[in-house]
Amino acid sequence: MITPSPRDRFALARYVVCALLLATAPAKAEDKIDPETERKAFQAFFFAKFPKVAKEEFGNGPYAVNESMRKQWKEMMEFPPYEFALDEGHAEWDKPFANGRRYADCFDNKGQGVRQTYPRFIAATGQVETLEGAINRCRVENGEKPLDPMTGLMASLAAVMSESSQGKPFAIVIPDDPRALAAYERGEEFFYSRKGQLGVSCASCHMSPAGERMRGDILAPALGIMAAMPIYRSDWGSMGTSIRRLSTCSFMTRAQPLKADDEDYRDLEYFLSYMSNGIPIVGPGTRP
Amino acid sequence: MIRSILLAAGLALLSLPAVAATQAEAEAALAAAQTAEADALAAKAAWTTTEADLTKAQKALAAGQWDQAKAAADEALTLAKRSVEQANEQKTSWRNAVFR
Repeated sequence: MITPSPRDRFALARYVVCALLLATAPAKAEDKIDPETERKAFQAFFFAKFPKVAKEEFGNGPYAVNESMRKQWKEMMEFPPYEFALDEGHAEWDKPFANGRRYADCFDNKGQGVRQTYPRFIAATGQVETLEGAINRCRVENGEKPLDPMTGLMASLAAVMSESSQGKPFAIVIPDDPRALAAYERGEEFFYSRKGQLGVSCASCHMSPAGERMRGDILAPALGIMAAMPIYRSDWGSMGTSIRRLSTCSFMTRAQPLKADDEDYRDLEYFLSYMSNGIPIVGPGTRP
Repeated sequence: MIRSILLAAGLALLSLPAVAATQAEAEAALAAAQTAEADALAAKAAWTTTEADLTKAQKALAAGQWDQAKAAADEALTLAKRSVEQANEQKTSWRNAVFR
């Protein structure tokens, strides 16, 4: 039998210690997700790219970064095309459900001035809930059928809630819950992943090229892009929620749009809204 | 002389029309494309153009146009496979695009 020398034993011990140290070493800095650091870098990019645009203006999308479009928009806003939706939304908001309860009973502060806190991470489900998801949950819990989360009455109700939050900065919370952080990261992954036959990501259009033309459109900056939702879009000829906008984006890249309540869209909205923390709500809005 | 004959034979072969697809080949191509597209949908990676080609293939098959059906199904198969490849490749490479 071969007996290891003291020198061999020392070498073996050294290898064991090294292996243990490597196994317990923290992950590399770039592997860690720190939403707040990422938000600051995200916002700093846009503030540097558009030094003349006030922080409060980013919610106005292309109208904040293109002067000629801004002039047209100001004229359009003399008779905002979402006024009919607001009227419809207020009527629906005030109408009691069959059980006598109302939408206001489902929300903090009776639903007034809370839109800037959506989407929210819900610990009970471990998933992100959008404003439209919360409205539909309210309906279902009160014995009503859910609405189409993309347009129609849902957009009108979301418009009412946005209107009551105008001027309030986005205040999205990522609670100390690994599932919430995972949802944020999935949203981030969606935002930066190239998709569709055209092979473009959300970032491909709404980060560096923001403010530039793509055919007839001025690309909106990603910062504040959710602050104007829901929107009346001339291209649609009707109102649409944030989910409708994301679904349209998917289609434009020639990616098959996901289901309206797909977790990926909700997580993307969570990420985008968190990136816009501090940017005031300006919705309901209009877009070309 | 032999060289001339071979050349003539080669040219004759080139000018022949491609062999027409049979119904069975068209159906097999469509089935393969549909399987690949199901994988793409499951991965949330499907492309609208794949769906369009599948619809085209189904219509051609129903009309008895085996060549067109097979061609559209083959195209759909290629697109479906490429869409899944794109999704797999992006699973890691998206991080390189993050603004930090």
